[in-house]
Amino acid sequence: MAEQISIEIDGRTCEAAAGEMIIAVADREGIPIPRFCYHEKLSIAANCRMCLVEAEAGGRPFPKPVPACATPVAEGMKVQTRSAKALDAQRGTMEFLLINHPLDCPICDQGGECELQDVSMGYGEDVSRFSERKRVVKDEDLGPLIATDMTRCIHCTRCVRFGAEIAGVRELGATGRGEDMRIGTYVESAVAHELSGNVIDLCPVGALTSKPYRFTARAWELTSEEGIAPHDAVGSNLYLHIRGEQVMRVHPRDNEPVNETWISDRDRFSYEGLSSDTRLTEPLRKRADGTWEALDWQAALHLTADVLRGSDPDQIGWLMAPNATLEEAYLAQRLLRGLGGRHIDTRLRRQDFRGDRADPAVPWLGLPIAELERQQAVLVVGSDIRQEQPLLAHRLRKAVLDDAAVSFLNPYELALTHPARQLTAPPGRLSVRLAAVARALSASAEGAAGSLISGAQPAEAETRLAEELRAAGEQGRGLVLLGALAEADPDYTLLKELAYLVADAAGCRLGFLPVAANSVGAALAGAAPHLGPGAQALEAPGLDALAMITEPRQTYVLWGLSPELDLFDPSRAREALAGAAQVIGCSAFRTPDLEAACDILLPIAAFAETSGTFVNAEGRWQRFQGAVPPAGDARPGWKVLRVLGNILELDGFHYSSGKQVHDELAALCAQTRGGGAQVCDGGTQPDNARRGDYGLKQPLPAPDGLMRVGNVPIYAGDQTVRAAPALQHTPLAEPLALHLHPDTAAGLGLADGDAAEVAQGERHTVVPVVIDDAVAPGAARVPAAVPGSGVLGPAMGPIAVAKADASQLAATQMLGGQPA
Amino acid sequence: MSFRTAPLAVVHDVDKSTLLTPELRAEIDRHVGKYPPEWKQSAVMPALTLVQEHNGGWLTQDLMDQVAAYLDMPEVAVYEVATFYAMYDLEPVGRHKICVCNSISCMLGGAEALLEHVEARHGVAPGETSKDGKFTLKEFECLGACRHAPVVMVDQEYHECVTRDGIDKIISKLD
Repeated sequence: MAEQISIEIDGRTCEAAAGEMIIAVADREGIPIPRFCYHEKLSIAANCRMCLVEAEAGGRPFPKPVPACATPVAEGMKVQTRSAKALDAQRGTMEFLLINHPLDCPICDQGGECELQDVSMGYGEDVSRFSERKRVVKDEDLGPLIATDMTRCIHCTRCVRFGAEIAGVRELGATGRGEDMRIGTYVESAVAHELSGNVIDLCPVGALTSKPYRFTARAWELTSEEGIAPHDAVGSNLYLHIRGEQVMRVHPRDNEPVNETWISDRDRFSYEGLSSDTRLTEPLRKRADGTWEALDWQAALHLTADVLRGSDPDQIGWLMAPNATLEEAYLAQRLLRGLGGRHIDTRLRRQDFRGDRADPAVPWLGLPIAELERQQAVLVVGSDIRQEQPLLAHRLRKAVLDDAAVSFLNPYELALTHPARQLTAPPGRLSVRLAAVARALSASAEGAAGSLISGAQPAEAETRLAEELRAAGEQGRGLVLLGALAEADPDYTLLKELAYLVADAAGCRLGFLPVAANSVGAALAGAAPHLGPGAQALEAPGLDALAMITEPRQTYVLWGLSPELDLFDPSRAREALAGAAQVIGCSAFRTPDLEAACDILLPIAAFAETSGTFVNAEGRWQRFQGAVPPAGDARPGWKVLRVLGNILELDGFHYSSGKQVHDELAALCAQTRGGGAQVCDGGTQPDNARRGDYGLKQPLPAPDGLMRVGNVPIYAGDQTVRAAPALQHTPLAEPLALHLHPDTAAGLGLADGDAAEVAQGERHTVVPVVIDDAVAPGAARVPAAVPGSGVLGPAMGPIAVAKADASQLAATQMLGGQPA
Repeated sequence: MSFRTAPLAVVHDVDKSTLLTPELRAEIDRHVGKYPPEWKQSAVMPALTLVQEHNGGWLTQDLMDQVAAYLDMPEVAVYEVATFYAMYDLEPVGRHKICVCNSISCMLGGAEALLEHVEARHGVAPGETSKDGKFTLKEFECLGACRHAPVVMVDQEYHECVTRDGIDKIISKLD
């Protein structure tokens, strides 16, 4: 802790740390100082000069007004923010800033919430002394998310510094000089970064505004509701800005331990999906001829109850999206188990469930999110972290900037914005490289892990990585993380066992990157085949998400998911659903695959339309209220389940509020201590220790052919984000394609831009080839969850590739991804 | 947050030995050696100067990108420098550059009249190149020789207290 000193601002005595800037002390004390370029999360530029104040140190006044953002405090310093000299300097700066500003507030989207407008109300003059021509700056196209109006720019360079320091991609810059200076990319290129939307908030004027929101509302027409982001496991805190019954835009809500002051573009722009015309707005029943008939809720719920009551409980498979709320997950498993059923799961993109018995009950991050940036060495196994968890990637980047060593073990090299060691191996072979790290740490084990370790030969990269982990482990600042690509791996259980061995041998902590907003919550709620509420282990586990498909059931409930895009093996899922007697779809969206699969469709409320709770990666319970009414006749999911429970005459379904459901589960969790309610409120904390031995005898046989890597691109992960048009037009929204390492491609006689037929068993389609040396040799990256991927098989598994004719490619694309 | 510390290097995915020419790389390395290793990008100005001379007096985007790659800098950071300083040209130039200082002393000393004279007599406005490709006329930021305003820099050579006749003579002597 820096030395504490005391200074005086406007006659008020303030405590400050030596070296702090005047503006930081004033902000803490609530003393307003106008500013444009200063931002507490960015480096100091001191180029707007708006924060000029009068100061004296050691009894001697500074000869000129000083910028409060760039003047460190000293003992006994006296600062005047409102003296005649200070105000005169601030007014002067304001006049200069307004010389070239167009003052087009009536047609500017920022009008009414503009820092320049606010400050000019205080410091500007009514009449300008400037009669010359104002400068005009040509706009650049920064892509589908950010609208530009660069004539309004006042050159604060916050966006430039955000790019360089936070995003880690220096794409924007200030080119030219004086009158000709402008902010832009110089070469026009769409800004492709998963956090790019934050420059909209940072821009103090209307130069950078939100393109999807543009010209749709005025700030003073909006009301603001608090919300929690429904995509990744960070659970970013949001403000939903609402007009009437519509979410008009989303802004971040500061919460330092969770999302600091940022949100990802996915959290910011996915609200567009709420007003998509693919919303399911009324209960529907499929007639015998395949057409749909609208029902009223009463009839629909009774029909659903009849289906559930009439089914053999063991024949009901309940597949639930991992971003369903805690209340929905809890009531769903209560309802199913009340009927005598056992098969419920939210771990939809996984194939290897052998570890369920030994896994920690609630696999979670293993440490508070904010502590990520204080790690000294981190090994991330199987995670495209920028795509999966943008803000956790940002925390790791901060750790790297603070000299941490971060390493990745993945089926393909990631595009990162910081130095990192990247090891790659195709799916099924990641365990071999991880075993080499374990060997370098002299870990030993029995069974499959043991045989892999004793056969491993650590190369230099693995040895160095092991040393880093051990050194960090001794400081208590080492971490091993397992992500979504590991979770989808055919040998996930072995990967987990090895990760535990590595973490134990190096003295590091082990953490999981939960896939979705409520993956941790689903485990706590007991929406898993092997867990009851409170994450209590069950003696007789039901079928997991994949087994429900490979051992087809007679009745399915699909909750908040699209079977062709959200399940591990869409083709087998389609077959299983087609063979079922009854499929009930509860969804906020009406997608072709749901229509094909379901017999009854119940419209449930989407994100922002329902109250609920998400438990994020660090185990933080974040409860939120519905901010807008659900679309059409849709109803909040927990209410649908409550009424179903009542119709089915199950005990204890007479909840009067969602909060009551939440409290019931929280009490259960406190009792079992299984998951630990309210981790961050000083309650119990789950640990990530294994409950048992994984007991694997043999590693899976090495794949003899190509292995598909079906990663989930950032804007493909759930129904809401897939329905958000602006995000789908960004460069990060990947189309279906085959990405191959140049050597792999050469072996197959394929070149960039060729057409290739990819086949998994009987299922095949034609896709374009992309040569990409980031992909591990022997792996074929064909993304999952993107349009057209539903015709394929397992997201991670063997795949056959053959050259195809370009005309087939055109035909496939015309048919929307269906094979010609 | 503190003042900015050394910038994070952006390592480009290229083989540096394919960039520019071996002679240029050696020259740039000499300048890089003057700075601490983490401040390698401080050599960007001499590097751009060298590259510009080698390219007949102007910089292409490709050359700037190569400098960025060679010094582990983001491309836009090089564009910022190259667009800021008047001595870098981003479009083709004539065989010589005539730079007329436009800052306060020279302006008061008649620099504007010189520019008007060249435009009237030789048909070349500031920023333009003569039709025969002999010279490019540039309005330049302060040349730092205010005592003998107006000042004109022809390539690397300063001419002080320049009159209209004087600038005609200078132009006529150019090859």
